[in-house]
Amino acid sequence: MSDAVVISGVGAVTPLGAGAQRLFDGWLAGESGIEDGLGRCADFDPVAALGVKTARRADRCTQFALVAAEEALAQAGLGADAGGYDPNRVGVILGTGIGGIDTLVRAQHVLDTGGPQRVPPLSVPLMMANAPSGSIALRHGLGGPSYSTVSACAAGAHAIGAGLRAIQAGDADAMIVGGAEAALVELSRAGFAVMDATSRLGVSRPFDARRDGFVMGEGAGVLVLERETAARGRGARVIARLSGFGATSDAHHITAPHPQGDGARRAILRALQDAGVPPEAVDYVNAHGTSTPLNDRAETLALKSSLGDRAQEIPVSSLKSSIGHLLGAAGAVEAIVTALALQAGVAPPTLNYEEPESGLDLDYVADGPRALKRNGRPLAAISNSFGFGGHNAVLCLQEAR
Amino acid sequence: MSQTITPETVEQAVYAALKTFGVEPHQMTREATFESLEVDSLDLVELAQIVQEEFGVKLDAAHMAGLNTVGDAIDMVVGRA
Repeated sequence: MSDAVVISGVGAVTPLGAGAQRLFDGWLAGESGIEDGLGRCADFDPVAALGVKTARRADRCTQFALVAAEEALAQAGLGADAGGYDPNRVGVILGTGIGGIDTLVRAQHVLDTGGPQRVPPLSVPLMMANAPSGSIALRHGLGGPSYSTVSACAAGAHAIGAGLRAIQAGDADAMIVGGAEAALVELSRAGFAVMDATSRLGVSRPFDARRDGFVMGEGAGVLVLERETAARGRGARVIARLSGFGATSDAHHITAPHPQGDGARRAILRALQDAGVPPEAVDYVNAHGTSTPLNDRAETLALKSSLGDRAQEIPVSSLKSSIGHLLGAAGAVEAIVTALALQAGVAPPTLNYEEPESGLDLDYVADGPRALKRNGRPLAAISNSFGFGGHNAVLCLQEAR
Repeated sequence: MSQTITPETVEQAVYAALKTFGVEPHQMTREATFESLEVDSLDLVELAQIVQEEFGVKLDAAHMAGLNTVGDAIDMVVGRA
């Protein structure tokens, strides 16, 4: 037992359905949540999950976040009375890439057709990017630090890192962290498509030679962070340790990653250093693995340059092959499956990977799930997230013993 | 086309709006306070927009802010006909 920060609850709403374990089990079994080139949460029913009052006061991204938070808090035993914590010492930080864009485009339509007097009074509180965090705090009466991180596809991982720091700095005893995104509206789909960022074929096949862009997805992931001693003292089940966080910037281009993955490399090394885990002790990499030509090459180079000679022996897989790219929620759901992979001692597979590309020669776990090799110490993993704007956020997790 | 304003048509429209706000039918009485129904100032602005659309009665946030009960809202709309 230690003073480490641990993950004691996880919750998710993803294209594979509701539930964090459902997400992990589905991915492990090679299921795909992608249909017609999109990772939609097709079965999500906000009114059934939240009731009319709450559902109508939340954009779809916040609805996802609220449902994922419900699951994570219940699992951690923080549902009813903050689990014995002073609720003013429990905070909420969720990331999002875009925020309530569905609300925004609908309100713009009302403005265009009906004039300014008709704009719905809930437009601003629903579209604001901090609504997922604020709404979770409000619903559960949590009075600790609360704000949102906005760093495109790294936002979920930044939120988790910020939550880790809030606990380490003594600003909070427990933090509800994660990410939420619901951006499958025409505007963002068209915006990504004209940049040639999304797959024309509608196929997510990270690291494969035929990859032609990412597949947009939607959903949310929420984790509960607290000190290991406190979690065990409350009788909570510890899923994994959150041991380190590294954040850097490429400072190279507004959308393209540094071609050698230099910012990513520095973020990986910083996360490992923060965790006290040497590069040679990494047992699993949950890749950002978007299925774009540029990311998967730069990320592979970053992994090779940061993890050294052993890089080729470490299983590297991408959840985006199963559910698409959840943008600001991606880092959160990926941290969740990384924690569950450590708990299970298994690396889930990269789906659709068939054709290797020259230079992309890591072990992408193409042939189904693989047991992680044990070396007589707690398993360690990193989860990579990189965002437009050059933002890099890497988390280091370790198996809980 | 605006509807004719009578206490009945306004009551019907207000109740229909409250239903979309998540108020249960059995809670809807003239005496119920907006506070007890958890209908806040943002909802009341939306109610004003609905009333304006249906009856052509222009109300702004300041009009709505002083309302206490559902009956107050109905009476105000009827009174402004």
